[in-house]
Amino acid sequence: MQLNINGQIHNVDVEPNMPLLWAIREVIGLTGTKYGCGVAQCGACTVYMNGEPVRSCSVPVSAVGATKITTIESLSKDNSHPVQKAWIALDVPQCGYCQSGQVMAAAALLKRTPKPTDADIDNAMSNICRCGTYQKIRDGIHVASGQKTLAEVLAQYQASPATRG
Amino acid sequence: MTIQNTSRRDFIIKGSIAGGGLMLGIGALPEFALAQSGGAYDQNSPMKTGEPEINAWVSIKPDDTVYIRIARSEMGQGTRTGLAQLVTEELECNWKKVKTQSATPGQSLARKRVWGEHGTGGSRGIRISEDYVRRGAAAARIMLVQAAANQWNVPVTELKVDKGVITHVPTGRKTTYGKVAELASTLTPPDPQSITLKDPRKWTVAGQPYARIDTANKVNGTKVYGADLQMPGMLCASVKSCPVFGGKIVSYDEAKVKNLRGVKGVVQIDDATVAVVADTWWRANTALNALPIVWNEGKASNVSQGDIDQMLRAGLDEQGDFWQRKVGDAPEVINSSAKKVEAIYYTPYRAHVTMEPMNATVKISGDRAEAWVPTQNGEGSHAALSEATGIPLANCEVYKLDSGCGLGRRGSTQDFVTYAAKVAMKFPGVPVKVLWSREEDMTHDYYHPIAMAKMSAGLDAGGNVTGMHIKVAGQSINATLAPSAIKDGKDERQLQGLYEKGPDAQLGYTFPALLTEYVMKNTHVPVGPWRGVNTNQNGIFMECFMDECAKAAGKDPVKFRQAVMQSHPKHLGVLNAAAQKANWDKPLPAGTYRGVAQFMGYASYSACVAEVSVDGNVVHVKRLVFALNSGHVVNPYLTREQIEGSVAMALGAIFNPEITVENGRIKQQNLDSYPMIKLASTPRIETVLVPTYDFWGGVGEPTICVVGPAVANAISAAIGRPVRNFPLYKEGLSLA
Repeated sequence: MQLNINGQIHNVDVEPNMPLLWAIREVIGLTGTKYGCGVAQCGACTVYMNGEPVRSCSVPVSAVGATKITTIESLSKDNSHPVQKAWIALDVPQCGYCQSGQVMAAAALLKRTPKPTDADIDNAMSNICRCGTYQKIRDGIHVASGQKTLAEVLAQYQASPATRG
Repeated sequence: MTIQNTSRRDFIIKGSIAGGGLMLGIGALPEFALAQSGGAYDQNSPMKTGEPEINAWVSIKPDDTVYIRIARSEMGQGTRTGLAQLVTEELECNWKKVKTQSATPGQSLARKRVWGEHGTGGSRGIRISEDYVRRGAAAARIMLVQAAANQWNVPVTELKVDKGVITHVPTGRKTTYGKVAELASTLTPPDPQSITLKDPRKWTVAGQPYARIDTANKVNGTKVYGADLQMPGMLCASVKSCPVFGGKIVSYDEAKVKNLRGVKGVVQIDDATVAVVADTWWRANTALNALPIVWNEGKASNVSQGDIDQMLRAGLDEQGDFWQRKVGDAPEVINSSAKKVEAIYYTPYRAHVTMEPMNATVKISGDRAEAWVPTQNGEGSHAALSEATGIPLANCEVYKLDSGCGLGRRGSTQDFVTYAAKVAMKFPGVPVKVLWSREEDMTHDYYHPIAMAKMSAGLDAGGNVTGMHIKVAGQSINATLAPSAIKDGKDERQLQGLYEKGPDAQLGYTFPALLTEYVMKNTHVPVGPWRGVNTNQNGIFMECFMDECAKAAGKDPVKFRQAVMQSHPKHLGVLNAAAQKANWDKPLPAGTYRGVAQFMGYASYSACVAEVSVDGNVVHVKRLVFALNSGHVVNPYLTREQIEGSVAMALGAIFNPEITVENGRIKQQNLDSYPMIKLASTPRIETVLVPTYDFWGGVGEPTICVVGPAVANAISAAIGRPVRNFPLYKEGLSLA
């Protein structure tokens, strides 16, 4: 069967019930999309199908068809997506394992709702982070959406762009 | 894509596979490969044997790039960045040119443990190594400056250094660390103990809110975790252990799965654990789930949660030699007091649920074993690899990978390394990645120990505490992991935070009479350290009960505490700092209530004020204010992040359903039955850092133990009755 991933067609010979996550990770070889639970609870496996975020651990490849799949690796070539920039500037990630999914979920939110309210953020960001980076994720979305400046957010933590080394 | 083995551990990647994905892994992750993928240099690349260096801590290249060697593990807590800041501070190099490398356990062994401990738990990553790391950096600076003096034939006193540039003050002549590094490496190092370290109050690099050194590849998918490793010819395995701890395998029917696609074999790892090996992990796991296994579940198969709870409850009433701390005759004093306060608390088992499930990759080639593993204890992984394979330590090497969470699961227990080693032994020359399914990870954890406490206090007519009796009944971590630490049935570790003396976890109250008892009640369920360890339940017991006592005394919870804290100025300091930051004395809007808690762990002092509202049975946690005194603060921004991080785990622990035992096994299999806190439930978190610069405390764990009691006390204030049974659904409450 064929999978359209990040704009490239891949011919893959896999079982139809193989979850898309594992086709992406183990057959295509893109490991930025993570395995966390396998039951669509944690969101570490978030990819886009035709632009909409889905939990790829629970989508069998047989259900993908001609759908265009986008993974974290193609969000930008150089960490230039506003979410990536805000994530780096604020050091949102701690261990980072869930952050591919968090970044994908946040980028999808901003595409849908360029200026999300806190309630929008609450509703959209259901991915689990066990390090507890949630406050910084919220801050990151505020900055990426242009609703707060980096300096404003850093000031809450007694820091400024100039003191970050 | 081809990968060629050009040396023992370094592989070079040529080309890229379709789709733009890069196959990364194996020893040193090649820098150019990461650059190709748009990622940054991997700050965790293992250092290479025989690499030129100033000393064990510092290697400087001719282009002035400074490689700082880090022995501790990184799992998001920021220790790598903090240690690099400390080195940069003393080395006086240019932070913009700093890169880090990972010191490997094998090289450390070969060099007589020159990097000291690798273990990264107990919030010790920085506080235990700061002294020798800083001295190593200062020694390197002294050698570099001396090298310039020798080269110019001038007195070293005429030189100054700034950001890696050495200047001869009288002439203005300049050179750089990179230019004198080779000469410096030939000089005799100074005696580290002769070096005067900088006063932390005058730090300019350490102590600053610097950005993490290792964030860039966490936002684009290029950071390689253990679960992501791909190597040429690699096989993958999924493991299953007897669902009932202590049970054994009777038989399994390999024929049913051996012809499934990709399956390479079934390996029995030990008498309770079996692995299916396949070309990909999904196929291995799918076949494992299809493998018929007959278990002898053993004698624990009739144990359920009610039995365990009953045993703990009975322990609270047992009389015997359980005391660990005794001041006067507390029970007698309490009984003869004007007022007696009593409460029984319950805290459950908890699973770690590191976001990245347990895993390790092992390759055995002839008489040599190598492991790539997310670990909190590289030397522990090294030992486990040697023990499992029978290959001497000197022929084993471990490449530590940054962990997708550690939380205490990847340190003192190295079952993931043992399993991978046992499977790899059946496939010589082939790297084998053993990854646990989330279900296996959740049902074969070393759980946060279950505990109950019966708290009793006496109050005099003025509402002052006359005596305190703390009686804890519960499971012992040492009984699972370090039985020799238990003396005559007494295990001090379970009373963490209630100790008479410091420096690690001292009780912050002085009571006229005090009896502290621990009744050990072990079960077949393995337990272990879980971020915050025993401060979690002891903080709840002590701090929720202090609020109950304050209420019985008709006193303000902060003032009630202050009265018994006068001999504990550092505990008192954080309590006051949190109360002040939270405007404790000012009224809140109608419907919002406050709670407070203070506790000590990991040599640091923590306090928290929580603001909540309760709508029916639904609790809204609106704001959490923390004060932390960790003695020194190496990076205030990352320290705050650790405090923010502790909130999610602590709130989850008091609200979300717990781990329970049913017919000997863990009932919760995955995140649908054992849910985690999400962003929407996370309150605003504010932190005030109040270092006193006279000790070194930890940062990763200390604050977790004050979140639960502060929130619980705020809830009690809101609903007018104490909450004692955790998680709080047992009190009819849920988190918004």
